Amino acid sequence: MADVNTGDGGGGGKHAKKRAKKSSTRIDMTPMVDLAFLLLTFFVLTSTFAKPKTMEINFPAKPPIDFKPQKVNNAITVFLTKDNGIYYYNGEFYPVGNEKGVPPTTLTKTDFSDEGLHKLLLDRNKRTIDVIAKLTDQLKKKEIADTTFKRLVRLEKGRKQDVARGIEAGLTVLIKADDGAVYKNVIDVVDELNICNVGIYAIIDMGAKELELLQATSK
Amino acid sequence: MAEVSSSKGSPSLDMTPMVDLAFLLVTFFMLTATSRVSEPVVVDTPSSTADKLLPKNVVLISIDQAGKPFYNINNGDVRKKTLQKMAQQYKIEFTQQEIETFSGMTSIGVPMASLKKYINMEDADRVKAKSPGIPYDSTNNELGNWIRFGQIEAARQAKAERERAETLGREFKYEPLRFAIKADAKTNYIAVKDIIKVFTDMEIYSFNLITDLEEGPAEE
Repeated sequence: MADVNTGDGGGGGKHAKKRAKKSSTRIDMTPMVDLAFLLLTFFVLTSTFAKPKTMEINFPAKPPIDFKPQKVNNAITVFLTKDNGIYYYNGEFYPVGNEKGVPPTTLTKTDFSDEGLHKLLLDRNKRTIDVIAKLTDQLKKKEIADTTFKRLVRLEKGRKQDVARGIEAGLTVLIKADDGAVYKNVIDVVDELNICNVGIYAIIDMGAKELELLQATSK
Repeated sequence: MAEVSSSKGSPSLDMTPMVDLAFLLVTFFMLTATSRVSEPVVVDTPSSTADKLLPKNVVLISIDQAGKPFYNINNGDVRKKTLQKMAQQYKIEFTQQEIETFSGMTSIGVPMASLKKYINMEDADRVKAKSPGIPYDSTNNELGNWIRFGQIEAARQAKAERERAETLGREFKYEPLRFAIKADAKTNYIAVKDIIKVFTDMEIYSFNLITDLEEGPAEE
C-alpha cells in the first residue's frame, strides 16, 4: 500500500518535473559569470606584472700596485652626503696649502631637481648631447647603420682632449658618497648621468682631505 | 506577428560566450601569474629610467634597510649544488629532503650555522622569523662563499649544457651569470659599498642594480 502510494506520489512528482523541464531547458549562466569574473579580478590583481628593471653598472677594479693616478681632463666630482645633500667641484682637487700654490678647492651646493644637477650636466656635456642628438637623427633617417651609431656614440662619449682643434675631453664624473648618503642618492646620480649621456663615470672612495672639506662645507 | 512573439520569448541574454571569454581570461592569468612567493626581506627599490630587464641567470643579493644582505640564486639545479658545496665547506650535512626544500625557497638571510633550522621551519614560521643577514666580514665571509660557489656551479652547468647541445648538434646560447643587487632606497650607501667590496674582492666588477621603472627623463 505504502509502495503504491509513494509510486503514485512519485508519478505525480515526475509529471510536475516534466513540466518544469519543458519550461526551462537552459541553465542560468549569471552566477557562473559572476564567479568567472571574480576569479579573473583576483588573478589580475595578484599577478605581478612589473618585471624588475635593472641598471647595468661597472665598478672600478682595484688598481695595480704600480698605478700612477692619471690626470683627468674635464671632470666633475660629485659628493653625496646626509639629507640628500649634493656638492660638486670641477677639475682637480687642491687641498688648503697645496704645493702648487693653487687656491684651495671649494664645493658648490646643488640638488636633485631639474635646475640643479640635471642643468649642470646638460651645460657641461652640451657637446656630447648635441652630437648624439645629431647621430640619433641620422640613425632615424637611416643614413648611418646601427653598429656605426653605437661606435660613434661610444667614441664621442670617451673622446680625448684635442688642444689643437679646441676639443676638450669627454666629461668624466666621479661620484663619492660619505656615510650619510643613502643608496637612492647614488642611483639618482647615476640615472641622471645616463640621461645626460655622460659616458665615463665611476663611484669611488673619498680622500681624507676631501672628506674634511665636505664636512666643513655641509655643516 | 512572428517578430513580436519571438522578442517576447527571449528577454534574457545568452551568457555562454561571456562565460567562455571570462574563463579563458581566468585560465590565461592563472597560467601566466607567477605566484608571489613570500620573501624574507622587504626591499623598496629606488626608481630610475633604466629599462633593461633582469637577465635569466642571476645571483641576486638583496640588501634591506639596515644593510643586511640576503642571497638568492634563481636556477633550481645550480641552487641545490651551491648548497651542497656550502655544506661541504662548513661541514654541515643536509638531507635530500632539506635540499629539495631549499631549492623551492627564495632569498635566504641566515648564517650557515642556523640554515638547517631555518630550512626545517614551517612556511608560516619562516615568514615570521627574523633573518640576521648573511655574514660577510673578513673572518667569516659566508656571502663571498655563496657567491663563489654559485658562480662555479653556474659555470659547470653551462658547460654541461653546451656539451649536451653539441652532442645533439643543437645550437647553444650561453647566458653568462650576472650579479644583481637589490638594495632599499633608504639603505646607507656605505653598507651597499661594503657588499660591493665582497664582489670586487672576487674580481667581479659588473652588476645589475635593480630599480623601479620611472616615467620620463625628468625627475620629480
